[in-house]
Amino acid sequence: MSILSKLNSPTMYLICGAIVLFVAIVCVFFMVRAYRAGLAIGMDKTKMKRTITASATFAVLPSVGILLGVIALSGSLGTPLPWLRLSVIGALHYETQVAQGAAEAIGLSGLSAAEMTAEAFTTIALVMSACIMWGMVFSIFFNKKYLKRLQNPKNANTGAAAGFGDTAMTAMFIGLVSAYIGSYIGGFVSGGGLLSFSGSWLPLAVAIIAGAVMALFIWLAEKKNAAWVESFSIAGSMLIAMAAAVVIKAIAG
Amino acid sequence: MTENEKTVIFEKYNERTHVFGRIASVITLVLLLGAPFVMGAKLGAMPNLPAAGKAVLAVGIVWFVSSIAEYLVYTPMLGAGGGYLAFMTGNLINMKIPCAVNARDIVGAKTGTPENEIISTLSIATASLVTIVVLALGVALLIPLQPVLQNPALAPAFDNVVPALFGAMAYKYFRHNMKIALIPLAVMSLLFIFVPGLISSTSFMILPSGAIAIGIAFLLHKRSKKEEK
Repeated sequence: MSILSKLNSPTMYLICGAIVLFVAIVCVFFMVRAYRAGLAIGMDKTKMKRTITASATFAVLPSVGILLGVIALSGSLGTPLPWLRLSVIGALHYETQVAQGAAEAIGLSGLSAAEMTAEAFTTIALVMSACIMWGMVFSIFFNKKYLKRLQNPKNANTGAAAGFGDTAMTAMFIGLVSAYIGSYIGGFVSGGGLLSFSGSWLPLAVAIIAGAVMALFIWLAEKKNAAWVESFSIAGSMLIAMAAAVVIKAIAG
Repeated sequence: MTENEKTVIFEKYNERTHVFGRIASVITLVLLLGAPFVMGAKLGAMPNLPAAGKAVLAVGIVWFVSSIAEYLVYTPMLGAGGGYLAFMTGNLINMKIPCAVNARDIVGAKTGTPENEIISTLSIATASLVTIVVLALGVALLIPLQPVLQNPALAPAFDNVVPALFGAMAYKYFRHNMKIALIPLAVMSLLFIFVPGLISSTSFMILPSGAIAIGIAFLLHKRSKKEEK
């Protein structure tokens, strides 16, 4: 029996599936509690339903991207472990790097099924879990204190939290987006050599197209009274921009 | 219902969210760290602990530092319930954070309010469930789906999920906040142009970029308060 057959055995699916199921139940539990609490404090049902619809449509495309990460790792680690990692705690940009780093640190030349042994696999699995657990550990120990310092519901209800706290969160998010857009500009201008303008321009083009489609959706929502568009605007913009990437690549080569 | 009654209900909810969040996080942590040993028992080969320790030191130190920054920056955006769920289910930058921010924006919830806490939890829970379902379906249908998803013609689409996401978000958030966005965008672009080696560490550059944006927002906020007076 090859190592990949062992890593893809029903027992491995069962072990990983049980953990994924547990986390799914936790999500449902938190969702139901939040919905009920929202009703109890008099929140608008429509707003909460809109949140669920918008978040569900928003998450589909990135989830398909994450699925590709599972497929990419399944060649060397089997399918169950990457499935578990990317359903629970993992991050697309993290998993491959850490799995590769862990494989090298334990003496393999890289992450490949040819060199994989059962011991190397279980060691890599442990390293992958141990390296990324910190966010969860900090949540367990510090969430309550940290949020208490930041939030004051009494003030929030009177509108005081609509002051700088709200602007600060928007600004932080703008900073996050700026870093990524800046990296696409930098990748194009200097990715192929300093100021050579020979790097990949596709991510920048895709970002610009997604922005333009988003502008169209916002125009429809605001000027044509098509408010329903708002819930699907991010997913729609992404889908069109991603489709444009396929067309651009086919034309530009 | 009076504001006071609402506050009492919400505080009770929030208090229990921390209890449930901690319990769920501890169980998930134990399951994740225990899984390699259970798999080892099945495969007849336990993890090599000295090698794992060395690997964690070699690979994990960068992620430890990054986790501290992520925790400090994202927790206020996610709130209590959303925070526990997001750190449990992962994929923060490429999904959970933009998803929660988008939901908050759609319903017009303000940071720090009970409404924001509820919206954030609903949003993160929904997004996590969608990912779990998509991955479970994807894994179940892996054999028929693999040739389609790995078709080279579709590769540019899936290679550009994140640029498509941030392009759409950029328009949405920059258009009313150009004064805040201009400088971090210019600084980050110049930094990546002149130090292209940093492109692979974009997730680390979020912190200085966010700090610049918050600094500018604070100055603008201060100025507008002065003008109001």
